[in-house]
Amino acid sequence: MLFWFLLLCVQLMLGWIRASELTFELPDNAKQCFYEDISIGTKCTLEFQVVTGGHYDVDCRLEDPDGTVLYKEMKKQYDSFTFTASRNGTFKFCFSNEFSTFTHKTVYFDFQVGDDPPLFPNENGVTALTQMESACVSIHEALKSVIDYQTHFRLRETQGRSRAEDLNTRVAFWSIGEAFILLVVSISQVLLLRSFFSDKKTTTTRVGS
Amino acid sequence: MGYVALESLRMRSARPTGSVQMAAVRMQFTLYLVFLLNIYNSFVSSLYFHIGETEKKCFIEEIPDETMIIGNYRTQLYDKQREEYLPATQGLGMFVEVKDPDEKVILSRQYGSEGRFIFTSHTPGEHQICLHSNSSKFALFAGGMLRVHLDIQVGEHTNNYAEIAAKDKLTELQLRVRQLMEQVDQIQKEQNYQRYREERFRQTSESTNQRVLWWSIVQTLILVAIGFWQMRHLKSFFEAKKLV
Repeated sequence: MLFWFLLLCVQLMLGWIRASELTFELPDNAKQCFYEDISIGTKCTLEFQVVTGGHYDVDCRLEDPDGTVLYKEMKKQYDSFTFTASRNGTFKFCFSNEFSTFTHKTVYFDFQVGDDPPLFPNENGVTALTQMESACVSIHEALKSVIDYQTHFRLRETQGRSRAEDLNTRVAFWSIGEAFILLVVSISQVLLLRSFFSDKKTTTTRVGS
Repeated sequence: MGYVALESLRMRSARPTGSVQMAAVRMQFTLYLVFLLNIYNSFVSSLYFHIGETEKKCFIEEIPDETMIIGNYRTQLYDKQREEYLPATQGLGMFVEVKDPDEKVILSRQYGSEGRFIFTSHTPGEHQICLHSNSSKFALFAGGMLRVHLDIQVGEHTNNYAEIAAKDKLTELQLRVRQLMEQVDQIQKEQNYQRYREERFRQTSESTNQRVLWWSIVQTLILVAIGFWQMRHLKSFFEAKKLV
């Protein structure tokens, strides 16, 4: 029994393969870093997209445990970067909004480390899959890419929709504001003109223009 | 991952069992192992970030309705003497707050230094998950940062296939098909949500259109009216002053 337990523990250790997908808010002049421990030889993918805010751009920077910059882009809206871990250690990636003075940005990122864990342990080529099983596997992969496309579509739609909602509120405020300004300016014009003529009671010359 | 336990024990123990009781005990042990290892698996090291003492970190999840979200987190505190992060600290907790798209709080609880929160959305939209530490002992931090490992699983990823296989006694093929069904379910929900969002977008655009139209008309009318009023008022004013 102990043997099986140890075997299972070993198998569990090998299963450090994850996909982390998060959407967070990046305030202006802020930088947010994320870290992940990766073992050597693992193929990783970092994908990010700016969802709302300003010109929808953000600085992104990916460093390996030695501090070598693997990926650095300034003011990028969307990108996908794949790399293979050259050594064991903590990899760090940062998103920076330091170039912006007052716009908050919402950033979505998807950091995939290794491949997705298989549903069963014997999928590593030990036993051959039946036709049904391999069909299931290919459908699963296709559905995964459908879900991925859906996510990116949703993010683009969110971008458009939040812009439209901003526009809507801005139009409302601006119209009320401008009506108010219009009234104030016209009334003060008249009052100002009146004040020019009320003071000079002694002048008899006609003020012509 | 815990399905490994079930599969291995089933395949490898091909020798005939002595009695029914022994088989039952083994099955019980297997299931216990499955659940234990699954719980362990959920706390395996994942993505982490640093958070200050009073800092509140919020994450947004835009999800359709009736979608389950499971979040796992683990905190580590920096020990200045040993200059490393301690595995777990007593008395250090995190306060988790989840708000639904209408800004209503649907989950607001305090967990220990390691926690797992689960909630299901009832309205589609942007849910906000906020974390902040509840450390009352300021000395613990002393200007340092707290390391938080976070893992948020949404929708189909929350399913524990090992548990499902064990509970419903599914074969390999059946489990695969079940996984595909869950995935398709999630896609369908997302498509429905997409339809709802598109409708909202359309309504917003039409409202903007209406507002712009009305505003242009009203502005022109105000301008013309103001113009008339100004001229009439000034004319009467100058006539009173005997300048005209």
